[in-house]
Parts: sequence; structure tokens; C-alpha cells
Amino acid sequence: MLPIRAEAVSYAAGGAAILDEVSLTIAPGAPMLILGPNGAGKSVLLRLLHGLLRPEAGRITPAAAIRGAMVFQRPVLLRRSVLANLRYPMALAGVSRAERLRRAEVALAEVGLSALAGRPARRLSGGEQQRLALARAAALEPEVLFLDEPCASLDPAATRAVEEIIARIATRGTKIVMTTHDLGQARRLAGEVVFLHRGRVVESALAERFFAGPASAEGAAFLQGELLW
Amino acid sequence: MQDLGSAFMAAIALVRDGDAGMLAILGLSLRVSLAALGIAAVVGLPLGALLAVARFPGRRAVVVALNALMGLPPVVAGLLIYLLLSRSGPLGHWGLLFTPGAMVIAQAVLITPILAALSCGVLEALWEEYAEALRSFGAGPWRAVPTLLWDGRFALLTVLLAGFGRASAEVGAVILVGGNIEGFTRTMTTAIALETSKGDLPLALALGLVLMVIVLGVNALAQGLRDVALRRAG
Repeated sequence: MLPIRAEAVSYAAGGAAILDEVSLTIAPGAPMLILGPNGAGKSVLLRLLHGLLRPEAGRITPAAAIRGAMVFQRPVLLRRSVLANLRYPMALAGVSRAERLRRAEVALAEVGLSALAGRPARRLSGGEQQRLALARAAALEPEVLFLDEPCASLDPAATRAVEEIIARIATRGTKIVMTTHDLGQARRLAGEVVFLHRGRVVESALAERFFAGPASAEGAAFLQGELLW
Repeated sequence: MQDLGSAFMAAIALVRDGDAGMLAILGLSLRVSLAALGIAAVVGLPLGALLAVARFPGRRAVVVALNALMGLPPVVAGLLIYLLLSRSGPLGHWGLLFTPGAMVIAQAVLITPILAALSCGVLEALWEEYAEALRSFGAGPWRAVPTLLWDGRFALLTVLLAGFGRASAEVGAVILVGGNIEGFTRTMTTAIALETSKGDLPLALALGLVLMVIVLGVNALAQGLRDVALRRAG
């Protein structure tokens, strides 16, 4: 699957351009954080890279229908038990029955939800739901995992738990590609940064480089906490 | 008023004593309506789910047609099925006219569009929530249909009830294709119609009471089940 290459990808909705000739390469390595102000096109870019949306111009390779796995800002959990939620996508992916159970148990233990395996998934708290969504995606053992603002609606404690899980998944060799508008979170997790502004990639750099001193005025303003639009 | 009062008392007595003739009628009614509900569910629910997820040219027209069919006058449906099943009709060799089988067909035809249209409405909302995630898992519309049917099971229970209510309360179609033959195709509704026109108000009232109790009871039971299930599953 890796590297995933986006070449001059453009996307518009309702006549308004959302992404304008975006090019980037996702290669194995430390997490890639896609930063930028609201409306910069981060979520759309993630959906294009994952394969939920098709570019209107440019291309993304490899040309699979779906690339990797994805966790959404608001976890979409099936109206079933926690365990059934874990098994469902693995069954679709053709994972054998015994292997599904094994991976589900490992994933539940990893996110600390083993005791809740039989609970209806939608009765969990917000943080637990997002941890389950992460476990569900990780159990697919994807080469690349897309995360769309996974902590946007979580409190600090739940955010910390989710970040720890993300870091652990990353060290196992899964490439993390994640959007956030939380700079502190980006500093904690990022290996490389793609800075997006008004649908364009303004800057793409190693995280230390970007946080030490962005090359672009927009990047510098964003780090200063100035309002960008 | 005196007549009504005594008829009511006689009706209560019939129910209390478990009158054999009345129980036979009741049993047939339930068997026919449940069989029709089963057939309509097997056809109508997947059809509704498929309509909820599929996007194709003419989908809108199909949904409009289904909604229109919900209002299909039972007598007209009964007449069409009568013509199909009559000895000289295209399906005459089945020999089903004036049998319970014909009544099952009539009721199934009447409620299949109801189940399809109502389940489509219910599952469209669920699909809106699930669509991105299911596509992310690599599930196409065909795979989404059983998922939606299962995850929408509590809401679909209400849909099934609406179908059962309509089937068991129906009279126009079953009287045409069943013939209201005593001991063979006489259901609660056709019996009520006949006994009322004959002037046997106690029996008509007794059957009416039982019919109401059944419909209300089934609805209350299903509502209760749904509440319990929702509280558990969220």
C-alpha cells in the first residue's frame, strides 16, 4: 500500500474549491500530522487519501478503492456489542473466525476495554467509544491508519488515553496520518507535518523543523496562535 | 340502547366461555395474517433496505410508487387477485380461489408495499449515519442491506406491527378472494361484516372486541419489547 502518492489533487464541492493541486507522499515512518485552520480542507484530504472521495483532478496511487483504515471524529459504532463491533470489519476483510477472535481480544486489551466486551457499544462513554473505534481499525492491521480529529470531542483525560493508543499503534509499524487543530497534540505525536491553508499545501516538513521555525508566513502565524482563514 | 347493552353482555359471555366457533375464526385470522406478514417481511424489508442504500436513476419514482401502493384500496387489490386466481385466470390452475391461501396472498400483496416503504424511511436515516464507516470497511450496498436490517431491528419491529395491524384489520380483499366460507375461510373481519348484516350483534361485537384486544395487545407488547431493547442496546 505504501507509499501513497497524491499528485496535483483537486477537489470542489458545490462550486467552491476545497483542495487545490495538493501533492504529497505518505511513506513508512513516524506519524504524519495534517495541520491547518478550520476549513483548510484537512478532512476532505484525509477522505481522498483513504478513498472515500474521488479527486476531481490529479490522481492518487495506488488506485485501490479503499486505502488503509480510518477513524472518524465522531466514532460510528454499530448497534451491537463491543466485541461484535470489532469483528464486523474483520469479517468483511476476510479474516478467519479464530483469527478475528484472537485479534479482537488483543485489541480490546490494548485499549483497556476487555471488561466491556459484551456491552452494547453505544452505551459506552465518548472516550471509550473512540478507543473502541481505534481498536476496531487497529485490529485490521492496516499499513496506514487515517485519523480525522480523533480527540476533537473528548476531555483531556480521554484525549491522553487516545494519544497513548495512537503512539503505540505507530510504534508497531502502522503509518499514522492524522488531522488535528490541537498544536500541543501535534507536537506530542508528529514525526512529519503537512501544513494546509485554503486548500493548498503551504508547507511539508519534519516535525522538529516545522515547530522550530516554519518556512512559511502562514505556518509561523498558525504556530503563533494567530487566526488564519 | 337496550339491544346494544344485551349484545355487549352476550359478547362478553362468548369470549368468557371460549366459544368454539369463535375460536376457530380467531385461529384462522391469526394464521392468515401471520403468514401474510411473514411473506411480506421476507420480500418487503430487504426491498426497503435496498431502496434506502441504492442510488440509481428512477429510485425516486420507485419510492413514490411504493408510497402510492400503500394506499391501494383493499377491495381493488382483492378484485385483481380474484381475477388472477379465478378458474379462467392465469393462475387458475393453482386452485387457490376461496381458500386461506388466497387470503394470505391478498394480505401479503397489500402489506408488502407498506413494509417496504416504512422500512425504507427508517433505514435511510440509519444509512446516513453508517454509510461512510461501512464504505471505509469496504462494504458495498449489497453488504449494507443485511447490516442495516440487523442494526435497525428495533425500529423495524414497529414497521412489522403496522403491517400486522393492517393485515388483521383488512376485510375487503379477503372477503372477495376467500369467500367467507364458514369453518374454512371465515376470518374475524369477514365474520363481523356478515354477522352484523345478519343482525347477530353479540357475535359481531364479541369478535370485534377480541380483534381490538389482539391488535392493542400486540402493539403494547412490541412497544414494551422495543423499549427494553433500546434501553439495553442504545
